[in-house]
Amino acid sequence: MVDVTITNDRPDRVAVASQWQLIWWAFKRHKLAMAAMVVTVAMYIVAIFPGFFAINDPILQNARTTFYPPQRVHLIDTTNGFEIGLHYYPTKLTRDPETLAAIYVEDKAQKKVPIQFFGRGYTYTVLGLFESNIHLLASSDPSKPLFLFGADRLGRDVYSRTVQGAQVSLSIGLVGVILSLLLGIILGGISGYYGGRIDFVLQRVIDFVLSLPTIPIWLAMAAALPQGWPATLQYMMITIILSFTGWAQLARVVRGRFLSLRTEEFVAAARLDGVSEGRIIFRHMLPSFSSHVIASVTLAVPAMILAETSLSFLGLGLQPPTISWGVLLREAQNIRSIATAPWLFMPGLAVVVAVMALNLFGDGLRDAADPYNK
Amino acid sequence: MLKFIVKRLFWMIPSLFAVSFLAFVLIQLPPGDFVTTYIATLASSNEVIDQNTAAQLRERFGLDQPMLFQYLKWIWGIISRGDFGMSFEWQQPVSGLIWERMALTLVLALASLIATWAIALPIGVYSAVKKYSIGDYAFTAFTFFGLSIPSFLLALVLMYVAAVEFGADVGGLFSQEYETASWSIGKMYDLLTHIWLPVAILAVSSTASLIRVMRANMLDELPKPYVTTARAKGLSEFRLLVKYPLRIALNPFISTIAWLLPNLISGSVVVAIVLNLPTAAPLLLQSLMAQDMYLAGAFVLLICALTLIGSLISDILLALVDPRIRLE
Repeated sequence: MVDVTITNDRPDRVAVASQWQLIWWAFKRHKLAMAAMVVTVAMYIVAIFPGFFAINDPILQNARTTFYPPQRVHLIDTTNGFEIGLHYYPTKLTRDPETLAAIYVEDKAQKKVPIQFFGRGYTYTVLGLFESNIHLLASSDPSKPLFLFGADRLGRDVYSRTVQGAQVSLSIGLVGVILSLLLGIILGGISGYYGGRIDFVLQRVIDFVLSLPTIPIWLAMAAALPQGWPATLQYMMITIILSFTGWAQLARVVRGRFLSLRTEEFVAAARLDGVSEGRIIFRHMLPSFSSHVIASVTLAVPAMILAETSLSFLGLGLQPPTISWGVLLREAQNIRSIATAPWLFMPGLAVVVAVMALNLFGDGLRDAADPYNK
Repeated sequence: MLKFIVKRLFWMIPSLFAVSFLAFVLIQLPPGDFVTTYIATLASSNEVIDQNTAAQLRERFGLDQPMLFQYLKWIWGIISRGDFGMSFEWQQPVSGLIWERMALTLVLALASLIATWAIALPIGVYSAVKKYSIGDYAFTAFTFFGLSIPSFLLALVLMYVAAVEFGADVGGLFSQEYETASWSIGKMYDLLTHIWLPVAILAVSSTASLIRVMRANMLDELPKPYVTTARAKGLSEFRLLVKYPLRIALNPFISTIAWLLPNLISGSVVVAIVLNLPTAAPLLLQSLMAQDMYLAGAFVLLICALTLIGSLISDILLALVDPRIRLE
């Protein structure tokens, strides 16, 4: 058994380090979790500035690029001499002689289109504060757009839409979890600490909420939401609905830990010393199960992302023209469109990567969060 | 112990009532009622209903009465004679529509539950005991993958692979010739050859979360002094594991039944819609969309009752397994 123990070169530093210092040292040893943290942070940066990372306007429709396949990006150009630089070639439309399906072939006879870093593109707003048209990657010829992940049914750029969707999909998880966590810790803590009648009543409430199958509730609530509501209001409502069912699980975990900690010696000792109940809960008991709370919270953020994705996919969550990963995956709903355009799964890949990174990150935190228990 | 069980059973009754009332309220929540939807449907095919006929329809279905009265009428029918009311859309009693679909839903949920437990328990323990071994990393990778992929996406990808690579249709729970046939050995076998795919899809995500729970619980127990004591006594590693830390780590594991069941059922709703399974889910979706409230209400009520029973079983098991948890 190899543990992530704190084997610092200087034991004197370990002796005086704060709890969070110890957690950070332990966390740093978990390579996978560190990598996941980098990915998570990167994804949230993309979610804050989606316009900068997008290439084409995500809502721009183009009848001529319907189901346009992903384009190849080249790095080395040997047509005349040897040049290095990202570029791509315009494509030529041909048709399958039997099925008449559209086939796009790279047309190397035409001039290559270089890709510019920090080039100019369509105009977007950053968090609604100011406008910009600088993009990380930009095609130098706007009349021949670049489709990294291909285009959808209406000829919109799947890559730019996936990047734009990160904003809604990633933030909905965070906002929802903060709300759930507050409710979960307060109610679960009260339930587990006091026990007896309060516990019994709260347990029934938690049972009740947990026994609610979420999908039908969502269905009913989505049907009750007026169609004409603005996107932000819809977003808030869906976040609230998500935490309406999300808090109960956290409360259950907290209650379980409280129940078993209640009988521990250090709690009895604190009580005999005349420590106030609030202080016993927050100072003595809460730190002992913070690792559990962290594990549950990190499971809750991606779970919320998955819930939003599933519900938007079913057509009950966010509605177009709002762009979220779930809304994008609705395009991949039937077998015929994914058979012609498998690249419509790309937003699904984004979901998998985001959720996996968050899970790995949380798991590393969980292992590191209890630095004394070694 | 018996007192605890009886008391817990007694408390099921108000929970069931609360759940049924909530189901009823939720179904009533959307603006408009069935008749409004019905008129809208007719209007789209250029048929017009005048106000009098609409009012007559409302009266016939009791839609003009206060909500509480409608609810009481509904719940009394269920308790006294198992009558869940009429389905407006199908023009036949709800009880005739739901049972086979509910049975298939239960079969699917139980099969997934058993598969989940059977896979998750040994892997979770192994992962904790051999922490940071190659096996642990492999299983951890699997759990992260399983937790990260939405079940509908997995279903879609599998359908895509089956359709494009093998030219096979994997939707449904029965082959065509058995779809409307009555139950027989052949149909049972046919069900078995179809059910493994949705069970596998559902088990992937729930197994992943259970492995994590089990591993976390075991990791909490393994460094405790009683484990060292047992090891010092000379117990074999296997007996030591099974005898002490496993039993304690099972405690939170058992309480997962209560949320695993609604999760499986909620997950199966999406998977069933994607794979077009003849379970409760597609019909529930359809009935909610059409505001067919007695049908939707019956489904929601039965699904909630199912999960309440799951919670009851987990509470009783928890008290049986862990003598430290004495609720009184």
